[in-house]
Amino acid sequence: MRKTLFKNLLSHPVSEPPPAVDDDEVSALAKKLERLSKARLGRSLAIRMVDAGSCNACELEINALNNPVYALDRFGINFVASPRHADVLLVTGPVTKSMREALERTYQAMPAPKWVVTAGVCAQNGGLFAGSYACVDGGVAAVVPVNLHIAGCPPSPAELLRGLLTLLSATMVK
Amino acid sequence: MTTLKELLACGSPVERQRPWPRSVVNIETWQLAAQQLLAGEVAMLGLWADNAAVHLALSNEEGTDVAVLTLPCADGHFPSIGQYHSPAIRLERSIQDLFGMRADGLPDTRPWLDHGRWGQQYPMGAALPAPDNGIVYEFLAAEGESLHQIPVGPVHAGIIEPGHFRFSANGELVVRLEERLAYTHKGVEKLMAGSDLATAARLAGRVSGDSTVAYAWTFARAVEAALGIIVPQRALWLRALMAELERLANHLGDIGAICNDAAFTLMHAQCGVLREQVLRVSASVFGHRLMMDRIVPGGVSTDMDEDGARQVSDLIGIIRSQLPSLLELYDNTTSLEDRTVGTGIVEHALVQQFATGGFIGRASGRKFDARKNLAYEPYEKLVFEIPVRHKGDVNARVWIRFDEVGQSLAMLEQIITQLPGDMDIHQDTDQRTFSGGEGIALGEGFRGDILVWVDIDENGRITRCHLRDPSWFQWPLLEVAIKDNIVADFPLCNKSFNCSYSGHDL
Repeated sequence: MRKTLFKNLLSHPVSEPPPAVDDDEVSALAKKLERLSKARLGRSLAIRMVDAGSCNACELEINALNNPVYALDRFGINFVASPRHADVLLVTGPVTKSMREALERTYQAMPAPKWVVTAGVCAQNGGLFAGSYACVDGGVAAVVPVNLHIAGCPPSPAELLRGLLTLLSATMVK
Repeated sequence: MTTLKELLACGSPVERQRPWPRSVVNIETWQLAAQQLLAGEVAMLGLWADNAAVHLALSNEEGTDVAVLTLPCADGHFPSIGQYHSPAIRLERSIQDLFGMRADGLPDTRPWLDHGRWGQQYPMGAALPAPDNGIVYEFLAAEGESLHQIPVGPVHAGIIEPGHFRFSANGELVVRLEERLAYTHKGVEKLMAGSDLATAARLAGRVSGDSTVAYAWTFARAVEAALGIIVPQRALWLRALMAELERLANHLGDIGAICNDAAFTLMHAQCGVLREQVLRVSASVFGHRLMMDRIVPGGVSTDMDEDGARQVSDLIGIIRSQLPSLLELYDNTTSLEDRTVGTGIVEHALVQQFATGGFIGRASGRKFDARKNLAYEPYEKLVFEIPVRHKGDVNARVWIRFDEVGQSLAMLEQIITQLPGDMDIHQDTDQRTFSGGEGIALGEGFRGDILVWVDIDENGRITRCHLRDPSWFQWPLLEVAIKDNIVADFPLCNKSFNCSYSGHDL
């Protein structure tokens, strides 16, 4: 173990610089968020993630954000276990009817101000599962108000990171 | 003792199905099959229904031959297999939920997939309207003076799929775990019915995202068997290349994640970087990090050029050079092994009974791997071993993954050097050329064997498709593995199983 630790200590960090965030996108999003975010959050976001019936591909890529290459926590963005500690609800999946109540209750358990971000096409509009007897019509937005969609099937960690950094910047615009 | 062949011979053969035979049998033969399952003479690979019949896929004891028995049940009733052979119970509960058929004698009549939220009952059968205010679900009792219950989920603490676990514990000791799944049920099989091959292939690739390659491949093989399509050799080898990359990425991710659940984050970080490299090479070579939609019926949609082959070779080199230090890191950290050794033991008899595939079966001494036992192209041309261990604990399931990483690297090397050079990577599946048919395939994903059965009409549309995830025969064993362990070891046990919620819930 010591050998591995020493080797890591003496080599360059594997973490990569973050993707560039589009300023126009930030100010557009900030305008949309303005009425929500009376109290600003400083430089941090706590995310509660809910899988509302995804195929688990989105979770794989969201998990990748925590690996040393993307190292999400260096930006002050953390995943938290309780909705009570969360600023952001990150949702994947088309929202199966069996997960609808759990999603609603997670949202309700979060303190305001709060934002909802969706990851993946399924969460945005049901994707391939749209129209199924087992899924809600209209994706996540039909259940809780959505502030930002991150597209992709699944969105790559770089795309997720870009979306979250855009949101972080937007919450800090005066 | 009745062999698989004798069971088949009791019924009348259905010529339509390829490549393995299917036979329409009567109730006596159906019950005889259940007895043979109980006796362990045959193994169950799947049990599913369509509106007028139930189908039971079996393999012989050695796992080298497959057959399907079909019991017509126009009145909607069939004798329960689960009353003799418990691995069938959840499958029969699901058949009841989806089709409204009745498994007579089924010992557990609670719904399984249906949570009472669909606004209808029997969505693949009569589709009767029903209120969507939920079902009061009775969990199994655990009684005793000092017992308490711990309900967990469906929303879990981490970035994982939803499901409910009901623990009954005596202090820290788990007395009973009962799973309640199906929160991610998306109605995939109903969506499949009536869809064209391209849409169905995309759906198959999203049954369980971590196994998208394995699902797409197994689905494609079933379709190709049904329609008699000959796939170009190069495409077959590229499929194996993608499948082994997928296995590599998942095993590396799992090894790290299991150690992380014992608070050993160093391994998690090391494995996370390697996994990321596998995904980046996959994206660079095939255009998608998880290689979704790259395998399609008829072949593959993306070829690999020389530069791609070089990237894969380099990747093999990188992982090979780092694997010894990871092995050493795991093997020499006694505080970590203190958590994994002897934890969450699954007995050999259980994996035999459940015909449990993948690392869970192989860590408990069941040497079954569809790539070997039912070798499909190009695996019969590759040199590889099926690692087996016998302790059945979390530690054994970690080691099996390490062993399989080594095997996958060896296979990738062979594929790179032996990849056929033909130009063709796709055979047309245009429905006008084909007359429809029925196909079945068993493919080895990283988690275990995936069964796909598909029926295609003469217009090239799916009439019925059944996809059985390996998790069906793994989830029930998690309930056993955690018994008499402490609650704090549940994450370790669960992660060492790494069952699919989405693949199971479908």
